[in-house]
Amino acid sequence: MDFFKENLPYIMAGISVGGQYALIAIGYTMVYGILRLINFAHGEIFMASGFMMVYLSAVLPWYIAIPTVIVSTVLLGFIVERVAYKPLRTAPRMSIMISAIGISYLIQNVAWYVTSGLAKQYPVIPWISNTVTIGNSTTKMVTLATPFLTLFLVSVLVVLIKYTKIGMAMRAVSRDFETSQLMGIKINSVISATFIIGSFLAAVGSVLYFSNYTTVTPISGAMPGLKAFVAAVFGGIGSIPGAVLGAFIIGISENIIKGLGWTAFSDAFTFALLIIILVAKPTGLFGEKSTDKV
Amino acid sequence: MKKIIVFFTILVMVLAMFSGCSTQKAESNVITIGVFEPSSGDNGAGGKQEVLGIEYAHSKVNTVEIDGKTYTIKLEIVDNESSTDKAPTAAQTLVSAKSSVVLGSYGSGVSIAASDVFKNANIPVIGVSCTNPQVTEGNTHYFRVCYLDPFQGTVLANFAVDQYGAKTAYILTKMGDDYSVGLGKYFKQAFEELGGTVIEETFQEGNSDFTAFLANAVKSEAGVIFAPTSTEAASLIIGQASSQGITIPLLAGDTWDSSVILDAASGSNLSVAVSTFFDEGDNSTSGAEFVSGFKAWLNSDNTKLANNGGNDIVAAVSALGYDAYMVAIEAIKAAGSADSVKINESLWNINYLGVTGNIAFDQTGDAIRDVAYIKSVNTSEKAWQFEAIQSIK
Amino acid sequence: MMDKNKKILISISLVVGLFALLFILEQVMPSSSMLFVVLKKGAIFALVAVSMNLLNGFTGLFSLGQAGFMLIGAYTYAILTIPMADRAAVYQYFDGGIIGFTLSVPIALILAGIIAAIFAFLIGFPVLRLKSDYLAIATLGFAEIIRAFFQWDVLGPITNSSNLLRKFPTFSTVLYPFAVAGICIFVIVLLINSSYGRVFKAIRDDEIAAEAMGINLAKQKQLAFITSSFFAGVGGGLLAMYQSSIQASAFKASMTYEILLIVVIGGVGSITGSVLSSFLFIASSEWWLRFLDAETYIGSFHVPLMRSGFRKVVFSIIIMIVVLFYRKGIMGTKEFSIEGIGRFFRRLFAKKKEAQ
Repeated sequence: MDFFKENLPYIMAGISVGGQYALIAIGYTMVYGILRLINFAHGEIFMASGFMMVYLSAVLPWYIAIPTVIVSTVLLGFIVERVAYKPLRTAPRMSIMISAIGISYLIQNVAWYVTSGLAKQYPVIPWISNTVTIGNSTTKMVTLATPFLTLFLVSVLVVLIKYTKIGMAMRAVSRDFETSQLMGIKINSVISATFIIGSFLAAVGSVLYFSNYTTVTPISGAMPGLKAFVAAVFGGIGSIPGAVLGAFIIGISENIIKGLGWTAFSDAFTFALLIIILVAKPTGLFGEKSTDKV
Repeated sequence: MKKIIVFFTILVMVLAMFSGCSTQKAESNVITIGVFEPSSGDNGAGGKQEVLGIEYAHSKVNTVEIDGKTYTIKLEIVDNESSTDKAPTAAQTLVSAKSSVVLGSYGSGVSIAASDVFKNANIPVIGVSCTNPQVTEGNTHYFRVCYLDPFQGTVLANFAVDQYGAKTAYILTKMGDDYSVGLGKYFKQAFEELGGTVIEETFQEGNSDFTAFLANAVKSEAGVIFAPTSTEAASLIIGQASSQGITIPLLAGDTWDSSVILDAASGSNLSVAVSTFFDEGDNSTSGAEFVSGFKAWLNSDNTKLANNGGNDIVAAVSALGYDAYMVAIEAIKAAGSADSVKINESLWNINYLGVTGNIAFDQTGDAIRDVAYIKSVNTSEKAWQFEAIQSIK
Repeated sequence: MMDKNKKILISISLVVGLFALLFILEQVMPSSSMLFVVLKKGAIFALVAVSMNLLNGFTGLFSLGQAGFMLIGAYTYAILTIPMADRAAVYQYFDGGIIGFTLSVPIALILAGIIAAIFAFLIGFPVLRLKSDYLAIATLGFAEIIRAFFQWDVLGPITNSSNLLRKFPTFSTVLYPFAVAGICIFVIVLLINSSYGRVFKAIRDDEIAAEAMGINLAKQKQLAFITSSFFAGVGGGLLAMYQSSIQASAFKASMTYEILLIVVIGGVGSITGSVLSSFLFIASSEWWLRFLDAETYIGSFHVPLMRSGFRKVVFSIIIMIVVLFYRKGIMGTKEFSIEGIGRFFRRLFAKKKEAQ
């Protein structure tokens, strides 16, 4: 109990950041499940969403700015898919991945250009930016709200995928791309829907993440993006509950590592975890024992 | 057909490679002063303010008389992106623009990284706010107008003990940043000599989660948190410290003397203090004149105001930039030539009364400085509050 | 067809001609010209790009660990060559470090490659079993781990922790990187044209078929990985020499991405393509497009959009266009050869005659 009490700040920070990684990780895992593509630009979409909020909240009140940001982030995700991935549908996997790297390079550079490479202060959003005291530690409301909001959104998503038509189409496409196409599923709209859902969650994640860590820079998306991807692999790529669990595990363990004073290795730990899981159990915690991932 | 097009585009590009060099013509009545500063990246905000000081100085004095002939001064500004691997190439563009003397940079790491490029081209450099001793040590072409980290570290350690009565200090530095690591080390030395104990931690580039570090600081029962970091990290640290309800005073070096800090700390209950080169409330004649002139100049143009962070608070680095430019002009006059080697020689004998105090260089090329200003943030009024002029005991 | 001797003779005279041209350029042009920056950096990136192409283009292993191996090479070179007299200044926070000797430049460069190769050997065991993007992400992860490892405080007396390493010997003439990179690329070309190279290509084209033909997949992949890392290490050493100071934080994933883009623009599977695109890439990003960063006035007209950072936006748009529409890059999988040029011109003239 003493351990818990002493480490409460780290665990709270870990759960909170874990929830935010989870929202990003779902975007990775869904896209990978369907296109077998690591959407490198996903972290950049998350970052761009942060900047949109910075600029929009300067002219709009927050309750209008947040929906606008979410809609424009979804639009950005949609455009990225149409511009960078759709023309390469039949190209070798490596070409698509290079295109993903190229588009994330582009988004980063545009962000750099717009902001002159300077950090921007994220606006204060009422309520979730308030401070609360729990036990002997103080934190922001967003820290407490994140896990609940994350779990809520994930449950909605799971229901969506299980019971709606588009959800079933997604499952079919991720099981067998070509056959589902033959069965009359409109593959492009399914893929677009995937990107839209992924970008929506990334936008929500970015509001939560940047309310907590209040500075946005052109490279703020890179690390959370990579970590969320690792979370997706860790949980078993293609599996949504897996990605969420993986994200929480990574968030909590990196904060505990920092608490232990091993700060230099908090990022490296994530990657070590990735390599261990890839070598020992490539399908991740909840991954299906699917066909060879060539 | 496609192939032919590709072939010719390549041919044209290769030819352009060779032709690009012949376009630079030396204009006989122009002297170029290179400005080697970050305008993007970690230190972009501070670098921009430093450039503003230089540009203001340039707007006041933009010609030099040498042997009865009037030379126009041209500023060649390059962005070193606050990055040690981009710095040498950025420096090279200043060399190829035929700079006679270079000013910069904000941030010690980039200055150290680019030092050899200027050395090989025999161009003298006047460092503006790069405080790490390694910038000037062991070479004859690098000068600087600001004070050094061993001095600053000692001053701050004294202040921490005098003002806060701190017994334990928590030092948070950024990995691989010469400024941050160096100042942290000198603070530690001085603080331990004063009988205190320190806990040190480092964070990596790109880190945005400081909650764990701050929790460590609370756990260690530190009397002061010393965080010499870039303003980018600073606003995160301040924001998270405020949301965690940290009551330990935060202390930092010259980089934190920026309106970014005011923005981040305003409205919180934090206690934040910084050491700096210059205080806006300076009432010496040259200082007051500079402050009023600079403010008027800033307010005349919205871009300039935006580059200063959207307000007209005079940053110490702008004052230093102004002084560095004036020192360069003095050196050009004394050398009586635009020749970089001659300017380098004349710099050794400069004695110039600037807005930040008297500037003369010692044997290593450092300006002789013996005082630092300590300021703190008035969080309710979002303004700097003068604390003390501190020197070494 | 030209006979073999004639071909060799022409190749040698071309190389000699190139070096003579570089030598003359250095005498004629001011040494401050950006041309030399481009030539030096271009040569170094050409080597690294070719080494990456050996893996990605010729063996079909999609590795993103290049920056990590360059880091190892750069650090090995720097640590071993800093003169004793300067160590106290460089290792200012670690009492001069614990390395008590200094090696000569060529030996240090070779060691830079060897140490990188040793790391590759160790990493290769677990990682090379993975396929396509899993391999990519795992190698990327290893590069990040290597970076954290080299920044570790405990290794400070050797690596100077995360602080700058500097004061090691550098090169002043552009001939040096050309010579070293040239020799290395020549060795890679020999390797690709040998039976090993054919095995690599067999793995790339069809792994299962290659295995069925009796190729030891694990061993051959390991060989390609180690060779590529060796040359990336040497490239890292050269980069250190070029930059005159290095720091682990510079060797980020974005560096690997840049090299990957060079390979793609040049054509995956073409050595000369990589070399050519490396010079184009460096020249555009460091030199030709720099004017886009400056605020420009034509007369009194303020050209819109142009300010700091615009260069990178334009540059990345060009890259996206290449990636999307010229997927094969400049050269595709073809090579630039003397015969090729000959054929090209003969065809060109033949066409013209037909037209007449």
